[in-house]
Amino acid sequence: MSSTATATRTDDPQVDVAPIDVTKVRRTNRMPGEKPLGPARILAFLALALMALLWLLPMLWAIVTSFKTETDAASGGLELIGPNGVTTQAYEAILAEGNVYVWALNSLWTSAVITLITVTISALAAYAFSRLDFKGSRWIFLAVIASIIVPPQALIIPLYHQMLTFNMVDTYWGLILPQIVMAPIIFILKKFFDAVPVELEDAARVDGAGRLRVFFSVVLPLSRPILGAVSIFVFIQAWNNFLWPFLIINDTTLMTLPVGLQTVLSAYGVQYSQVMAQAVLAALPLVIVFLFYQRQIVKGVATTGFGGQ
Amino acid sequence: MTDVMASRSAAGPEPSATPGEDSKGRRTSPTRGQASRRGQLVAWAFLGPFMAAFLLFVIWPLIHGIYLSLTDQSLTGAGGSFIGLENYSEALSDPVMWTSIGNTVWFTLITTVPLVLFALIMALLVNTGLPGQWLWRLSFFMPFLLASTVISQIWVWIFNPQIGAANEILSAVGLEPIAWLQTAHVDLISIAIATIWWTVGFNFLLYLAALQNIPDLQYEAAAVDGAGRWRQLFSITIPQLGPVTGVILVLQMLASLKLFDQAYQMMEGGSSETSRPIVQYIFEAGFVGYRFGYASAISYIFFVLILIVGIFQMVVLRNRKGNS
Repeated sequence: MSSTATATRTDDPQVDVAPIDVTKVRRTNRMPGEKPLGPARILAFLALALMALLWLLPMLWAIVTSFKTETDAASGGLELIGPNGVTTQAYEAILAEGNVYVWALNSLWTSAVITLITVTISALAAYAFSRLDFKGSRWIFLAVIASIIVPPQALIIPLYHQMLTFNMVDTYWGLILPQIVMAPIIFILKKFFDAVPVELEDAARVDGAGRLRVFFSVVLPLSRPILGAVSIFVFIQAWNNFLWPFLIINDTTLMTLPVGLQTVLSAYGVQYSQVMAQAVLAALPLVIVFLFYQRQIVKGVATTGFGGQ
Repeated sequence: MTDVMASRSAAGPEPSATPGEDSKGRRTSPTRGQASRRGQLVAWAFLGPFMAAFLLFVIWPLIHGIYLSLTDQSLTGAGGSFIGLENYSEALSDPVMWTSIGNTVWFTLITTVPLVLFALIMALLVNTGLPGQWLWRLSFFMPFLLASTVISQIWVWIFNPQIGAANEILSAVGLEPIAWLQTAHVDLISIAIATIWWTVGFNFLLYLAALQNIPDLQYEAAAVDGAGRWRQLFSITIPQLGPVTGVILVLQMLASLKLFDQAYQMMEGGSSETSRPIVQYIFEAGFVGYRFGYASAISYIFFVLILIVGIFQMVVLRNRKGNS
């Protein structure tokens, strides 16, 4: 890897596109003189509708099945409403079970803690890489960026072994701590801090404010949008993480939602409408998050390419 | 793909750095280069928490894994004596490891092309500015936000051989039903179908952003020259999407090589010879067979596989520098 920072920018797996708001509808793509409803546009619309339908169907299918009676679900068929009508039996059965609440709470608070710690330590480190002078800063930064290539799946065995020695297997800390290192975030935030005009900070420093003070009172307020976007992504990633929580947690009461649901899938066997109801419930929080933050999420992916699995 | 330099020079009058000198584009205090002892301390106060976690949960496991792979350590704590390269030589002559690498590479091949192609078609269609923008974005990107567990449950249900929607649709059009997840070789293709549905939305958004970056002027100029829609697509749009396609290809290959979650869950914890990915073999060797030493060795073989693609990526992206 070359030692110039210009090279590191091309070495990292981030996607670097200009911050253009893709959520803006652009209607300039009609050919000059083309009718709004020409044959080409109707064809494009049909193709789009067909693809969207293909992508929506599996989700709709899960929702439809979750509102069927167990008998109707087990008899298959493609009808939207089974012979026995619409029922919330499946949801009642799951919610009566009680574990789902525990798992959802575990997911919620561990994802929140992971997000808080990750964004905090990454912002501090990214600021140091961007602004502060210390020995070996470039090499350390290179090492952090190079670590993006290390697949987390290749570290599960030594990490688990480490957690055994720390006595952290089957604990919340064992679940949380390995998830707080996210090198791509350092990269994204450093790039942002690089673009902040240094004059703003200098003014505060002339007034005698120390580095920390400047960071918290000048830099952080400016970074709110990017920190928000990054937080959404860290949260989604933590919420959906499967492999590590699945390995480190065996105690049913400590499980996160994805892991907990996976254990009952085999236990339920053929309770299809209940399995689907669980899938819908597990997806619900993220659907809500997406509907609220659609703009930021879409922009975040478009501008940073961050969030790939 | 705009260079950072460009965005920075927009933020302030800044000499853009040239490679070879200190091109970090950093602007520090005038005392830069003579970092005071106090300055060093302050910097490490900022860096400390992250670096501690980085050393503890990335660097140490990396080194510890190499050590483990040279021992016969077991999950139960037994063993742990040094056995040299025995794990590696066993792994390299282990047919199960080779089939799982083969499965992983095959899965990568059959997912990468559709995941690029569908994403491109979706983005091109959405970019025509047809009404219903938020709905298109929602339908294509929503699955990406769902957990692997949810995806797996939905698709296990769709692929159910007796009552699943997939076979219902097949019989509706007069075709023979298929045991999707229970048939050798078909199982991995079924997992690939579910994966394409799940993750294409991410690539779609990257393409959409790249399309919005192409200046309208180019199209207007081409239209004035009498180039039609198709001509514009092939001589302006597709070439302009070259760089982002390279990035998507590489990101996609790296993601597909790491297959585990949905494969493990859709096969309901079991695995067949034709669907076991390499990460699942690491898991089985370590947590089912209790052989931590052996599983570490396989982890490193997997890591080398990823590195090969990563180096390929560096070469590809270096050649695409400075594109917009």
